[in-house]
Amino acid sequence: MTTVENLVLRRFSQPGQARMEVSDPQNALLENYRRKGGYETAQKVLAEFTPQQIIDEVRDSKLRGRGGAGFATGVKWGFVPKDGQQHYLVINADEGEPGTFKDRYIIEYDPHAIIEGAMITCYAIGATKAYIYIRGEFYHQKAIMQRAVDEAYEAGLLGAPLFGKDFKLDFTVTTGAGAYICGEESAMLESIEGKRGEPRLKPPFPAIVGLHNKPTIINNVETIATVPVIMEIGAERYLAMGTEDSGGTRLVTISGHVKHPGVYELPMKTTVREAVYDFAGGPGRTDPVTGELIPIKAVIPGGSSAPVLTPDELDVALCFTALQEAGSMAGSGGVIVMDKGTCIVRAAQNLMHFYSHESCGQCTPCREGTNFLHKMMQKFETGRATMADIDLTYTVAGNMIGTTICALSDAAAIPMRSYIEKFREEFEHHVGQPLCPFDERERQLNNGWPAPPYDLHQE
Amino acid sequence: MSLQFSAQSQREIEAIRKRHETARSCIMPVLLMAQKEFGYLTDEVMELVGDTLGISIQEIYEVATFYTMYNTEPVGTYHIQVCGNLSCYLKGAFNMIAMLEQELGIRVGETTEDRMFTLSRVECLGSCGTAPVLQVNEEYHENMTPEKLTALLKELRSQAEQGYPRNGGKV
Repeated sequence: MTTVENLVLRRFSQPGQARMEVSDPQNALLENYRRKGGYETAQKVLAEFTPQQIIDEVRDSKLRGRGGAGFATGVKWGFVPKDGQQHYLVINADEGEPGTFKDRYIIEYDPHAIIEGAMITCYAIGATKAYIYIRGEFYHQKAIMQRAVDEAYEAGLLGAPLFGKDFKLDFTVTTGAGAYICGEESAMLESIEGKRGEPRLKPPFPAIVGLHNKPTIINNVETIATVPVIMEIGAERYLAMGTEDSGGTRLVTISGHVKHPGVYELPMKTTVREAVYDFAGGPGRTDPVTGELIPIKAVIPGGSSAPVLTPDELDVALCFTALQEAGSMAGSGGVIVMDKGTCIVRAAQNLMHFYSHESCGQCTPCREGTNFLHKMMQKFETGRATMADIDLTYTVAGNMIGTTICALSDAAAIPMRSYIEKFREEFEHHVGQPLCPFDERERQLNNGWPAPPYDLHQE
Repeated sequence: MSLQFSAQSQREIEAIRKRHETARSCIMPVLLMAQKEFGYLTDEVMELVGDTLGISIQEIYEVATFYTMYNTEPVGTYHIQVCGNLSCYLKGAFNMIAMLEQELGIRVGETTEDRMFTLSRVECLGSCGTAPVLQVNEEYHENMTPEKLTALLKELRSQAEQGYPRNGGKV
């Protein structure tokens, strides 16, 4: 396996290896975290830095939020008013974007890195209370996080004056209950307050009016776990590992038709092609008829909300700006690879099913639009679509962009349009066919399962 | 009212109350606890949660019906939830669902007559690198294969024979 310097993975995976190999659950224990130098950075930072200096350092590192939007973390922290009132930090662990599966491992194997990151962050933004919102399905991870928090309280790291400073941090583990939309920061605040997870109208932004109407910073788990790394190695070195405006390394999760799916920590300048072919081993499915590997047809570079890339568009860095310039987005770092045995229309149908299910229903363009797009894909899959439906789908998706409170509508519509733009001939190929033209091929490639395929057309 | 939380649940609710700043913030964790204790969320259970926290049943109902993990209908001893999103689909999630339907004799969304299994197709479980994945109650099962699925069902059935408690014994 190619060697790279890993930062976030180093304490719980193999140092120097891009691919995460998790081994010992004992890594999550406080004594083991401390043995590897844990909490030393927080102690040093609290002794030597002022809050503003921490914010400046993180801003200079060009750390950008790892949850999806890629907002500059230091800049976001700078929005919090310096008014001495109650502030909050909310750590977003509502990991649910199809293709993304990194935060769960940080919680499972390195929960104290999250607490240490929270200490530094809270000190910087003047928060005395941190919440971590873990998705409800992660029972196991929640238990591990809670154990780490309990250990930290017992050791006097939480709930007591920290490292001799006049600063005390409380930390609460809270969970969701199965709603993707709660990963949207203002919906998460609503959820923590015990309400339906419906995103709030902005402005005011949470940094001004957030949890319980107090200034609140919401950061992704990986972002928070990266903060101690930056404070340890310095902004300059961290920035140098990335590109000009996306500092450092990031966790990239590769899934789908590749040889070695998994979590990889890669420098931001790594290209999508390198990630897929060099790190994840390239195409992973063999054609049972010819015995050859099936070539790759499409790659989603940043979670299911990112527009799709074709095989000749993969020489683009995984960094936020480069992918944006390439018409896609780095998003949450979830890379999904589809080989030529995959029907693009069915893949789009699968994604639209997701967004239609997860729309909170607040805004009409999203509630009706996601459902419409899903129904349209069903129409193509069941041989009822006409050529005009291709443009109709494209137009309706266009009307869903920028017309709603949060980005879920865009997250469905923008990729939908990319599938039509880049694979239009596949949509055309479905028109006039009794059923999906890929049915036979899919039966042939049944992924090693004996059962007859479930009827996906109406899915 | 006849329905009561167990003594242990009451202690847990007190602890939850201490960790959260408002009573309303406790709705979600307390609903999950109630579901674990009573099997699923009936109107009576929601009323109990409301009374315990001093919040109207309407507000409790609002929350309970928004989130997919709250069951307002009874589910079997084992709630099998198969992730059907893109990465899992690419790795055969729907072949797995077909096999489950065949083995259990039910369709997605149904519960077996003996109330042992409920089969659901759910949205992304955040385990795309180890696809296909399914969740049985609180437990994830990753990198599923036909062999692993057969062994899992056998294991669950034998656990049930040995008297695995059915959702707190209330369903």
